Amino acid sequence: MGQTHRYLPMTEDDRREMLETVGASDVAELFSDIPESVRPDAALNVGEALSEHALVDYFQSLAAENVSMKDHPTFLGAGVYDHHIPATVDAVISRSEFYTAYTPYQPEVSQGELQAIFEFQSMISTLTGMEMANSSMYDGHTALAEGALMAATQKRMKKKTILISETVHPEARDVVQTFVNGPGLTLETVPAQAGATDVKALKKSLTDDVAGVLVQYPNFYGTIEDLAALREAADEVDALLIVKSNPLALGMLTPPGEFGADVVVGDTQPFGIMGQYGGPHCGYFATKKAFMRKVPGRLVGETVDEEGQRGYVLTLQAREQHIRRDKATSNICSNQALNALASSVAMSAFGKHGVKDMAVRNMQKAHYAKQSLQAAGFSLVYDGAYFNEFVIDVGQAAERVNEALFSEGIIGGLDLGRFAGENDRHMLVCVTERRSKEEIDRLVDALQKHAG
Amino acid sequence: MKQKDQALIFEMSKPGRRGGSLPENDVPDVNVEELLPADYVRQEEPELPEVSELQLVRHYTALSKRNFGIDSGFYPLGSCTMKYNPKINEVIARLPGLAHLHPYQPEPQVQGALRLMHELQASLAEITGMQEVTLQSAAGAHGEWTGLMMIRALHEANGETQRTKVIVPDSAHGTNPASAGVAGFDPVTVKTDERGLVDMDHLKEVTGEDTAALMLTNPNTLGLFEEDIVEMAEIIHNAGGKLYYDGANSNAIMGKATPGDMGFDVVHMNLHKTFTGPHGGGGPGSGPVGVKEELVPYLPRPLLVKDGEQYKWDYHRPDAIGRIKPFYGNFGINMRAYAYMRSMGSQGLHQVSENAVLNANYLRKRLEPYYDIPYPQYCKHEFVLSAKRQKKLGVRALDIAKRLLDYGFHPPTIYFPLNVEECMMVEPTETETKETLDDFADAMIAIAKEAEEDPDLVLEAPHETVISRLDETKAARQPVLRYQEQ
Repeated sequence: MGQTHRYLPMTEDDRREMLETVGASDVAELFSDIPESVRPDAALNVGEALSEHALVDYFQSLAAENVSMKDHPTFLGAGVYDHHIPATVDAVISRSEFYTAYTPYQPEVSQGELQAIFEFQSMISTLTGMEMANSSMYDGHTALAEGALMAATQKRMKKKTILISETVHPEARDVVQTFVNGPGLTLETVPAQAGATDVKALKKSLTDDVAGVLVQYPNFYGTIEDLAALREAADEVDALLIVKSNPLALGMLTPPGEFGADVVVGDTQPFGIMGQYGGPHCGYFATKKAFMRKVPGRLVGETVDEEGQRGYVLTLQAREQHIRRDKATSNICSNQALNALASSVAMSAFGKHGVKDMAVRNMQKAHYAKQSLQAAGFSLVYDGAYFNEFVIDVGQAAERVNEALFSEGIIGGLDLGRFAGENDRHMLVCVTERRSKEEIDRLVDALQKHAG
Repeated sequence: MKQKDQALIFEMSKPGRRGGSLPENDVPDVNVEELLPADYVRQEEPELPEVSELQLVRHYTALSKRNFGIDSGFYPLGSCTMKYNPKINEVIARLPGLAHLHPYQPEPQVQGALRLMHELQASLAEITGMQEVTLQSAAGAHGEWTGLMMIRALHEANGETQRTKVIVPDSAHGTNPASAGVAGFDPVTVKTDERGLVDMDHLKEVTGEDTAALMLTNPNTLGLFEEDIVEMAEIIHNAGGKLYYDGANSNAIMGKATPGDMGFDVVHMNLHKTFTGPHGGGGPGSGPVGVKEELVPYLPRPLLVKDGEQYKWDYHRPDAIGRIKPFYGNFGINMRAYAYMRSMGSQGLHQVSENAVLNANYLRKRLEPYYDIPYPQYCKHEFVLSAKRQKKLGVRALDIAKRLLDYGFHPPTIYFPLNVEECMMVEPTETETKETLDDFADAMIAIAKEAEEDPDLVLEAPHETVISRLDETKAARQPVLRYQEQ
């Protein structure tokens, strides 16, 4: 190599001295166990090394080819939301003691991370109304899938059918399908009626083979599901009720735990996590103590040290892959610790009343948008109660309408034709606390102009 | 010096305090309770803390001081590749045009993001010798499961549903058998021989018509290159099975050996290890999966493709195993990995592996007189040592690990792999200086002497941390998993 690379401290003198200690004539000798036939014929081809300056230039040029939500009002939601992120979040997660640490295997030098996770588990528990929560999952969809697998293992694999409502996010339904293919479970979809789970149809689908019923609250279309009725239905066949919830909505809505949900999962992206084109976000998994030993992923527990001082450790590890190997409750290892930390900071910043206020603010803005759109002649596709998302009929292909909206500088709502061709005139509109009245009015005007 | 217990944030809470603000409400105030069915209005607010902004910042700053990261000091945790996480990657990951993108923005609005991903896929395909790569898996274990589901789909398409076994070495990462289980396979263990490599006779014995795949890390978790890899691939392929490469240890072989040439059909890479996506205290990670041509149809939906000058998502993939993750994977980690790759360049990555391997061999050699080194040959990026000798004095690997904390080092991985007694697995990485390696070796040597002369000093360690050894039995027997007001 020519110039020494800034990340590689080995000097020529170091190399010589170290080779001497090792007793090798050159570095190539250290690789002599690699058979000739598997060595590359040519040098790797991933480009020349870039200086820091050139690197930033290059990534800025990539960024410039994108349209940032920071420059345009957006009405997209469907699992990823444009919420206010307190400055404290980035200040905390930028502390390298957190972001450059590994999973806290050595508790004596990882008390910060362990305590932060313990606090996250506590916050998720209280928000969902559940007895316990784990340290995080990859995202809300895979958390739901792990819930489905846990339902079947909880029933000792004697029940092998999972029911999922059609009102669960379509991508989440796809993810659950792929996951349940592993152990060979059957996934059946329960149809929707007026934008919510059809409880009558659900009751008809119930058999003794049903291990779990999977629903979303508020659901994909923004509607608030009748959890009491769903709980009652699941009870008929002793199935677990697994609820996927936007945690922000739970600031205002009765938590699933109070309706007797067995598992509550979701994604904490609304609390302090940037959109990042869909990831990384942060799944959560909350449940009842009765299922403690079946839970996937890491758990942090409180204990004491030799002098009786309070501390925290990874616990109940006998469930996990590094101990139980193929009998583990899940194969998950790395989770989303840093994003769980981001969400903890955001939840603490907003606090006990602030989370509710934020939820209320979302509902008020969404309500204003809904009323303005209705006044402008757009009809609501479903009329149930909703949180911060609802579906309107734009009278023509929503995809085209969105192009027109973008020509006015607005990122429109989600074209539902993306998931079901027959819904191509339906737009899922999301309004968060960040949308101003002026931006909402602009959306309504532009929609009237292009789709009215 | 011991610090006082750090209060939980809930314990600092006082009614009436706030640590954040919300955007102004400029729409008419409505009573939202009236918009909801009565039973669905939350009656009791969640028990979240009520703290001021400064309290919040001090709390998390205090917690950060009770945590050890790569920036705090040497972190030779084997199989985890704790190398320097470049600061510029954090700057890049926060550029508004990359950080604030919604996954459902139409493709024309995100061409830069798609280009970045496409280029990263191509680079990973180049490094691994694979035909096509998906960036969707969130971590190594997720990648393993994705790859195994693809292998399963291929066998099923060929009508070979009897292939239910996945062969895994006894030295494999715990995620390997766990992933095999979750993908619906039965794991079968193949033994390690006296060389520290896969026992070839045993491999032949366990391979057969029911073999779906062999999962292998190469170099393996003992830090040794499986030099029989070509023959192993032949055995598996001749039996109709596929080879899966666990890329957790790929820091050793960039530009030195290509998994595709070794005969692997599926590969995952841990971008949070080899490619510096920070570990974040346990994630988020990213575990892209690459496959050879035969397996391309089974890659999860959607697949990123280039159509003329435009990048787009291809959802029409009838043979795909399905969707494995919302949206398109952990883009935020993928871009950091790509920034790292571009900052190193081809030559640099090659140098990374050379230096990582030399560092590991140097440390191994320096420790050899004081600890048992079960496998004396050259290692790759990591090596294992055994505290067998110290155990006779009553000092175990765990005690040595705890004593290292007093010397200011994060300990190596301990008690893994499972097939080495009192195992310590050391991975120094290429970003450490010789001086640091020497300091660590000196500390290890000093501890070996302490074990002989003053074992209690080691047995009672750590002495210098904020807390002493914790009662893990109590934590598991009487689990307290959340704060509850007394």
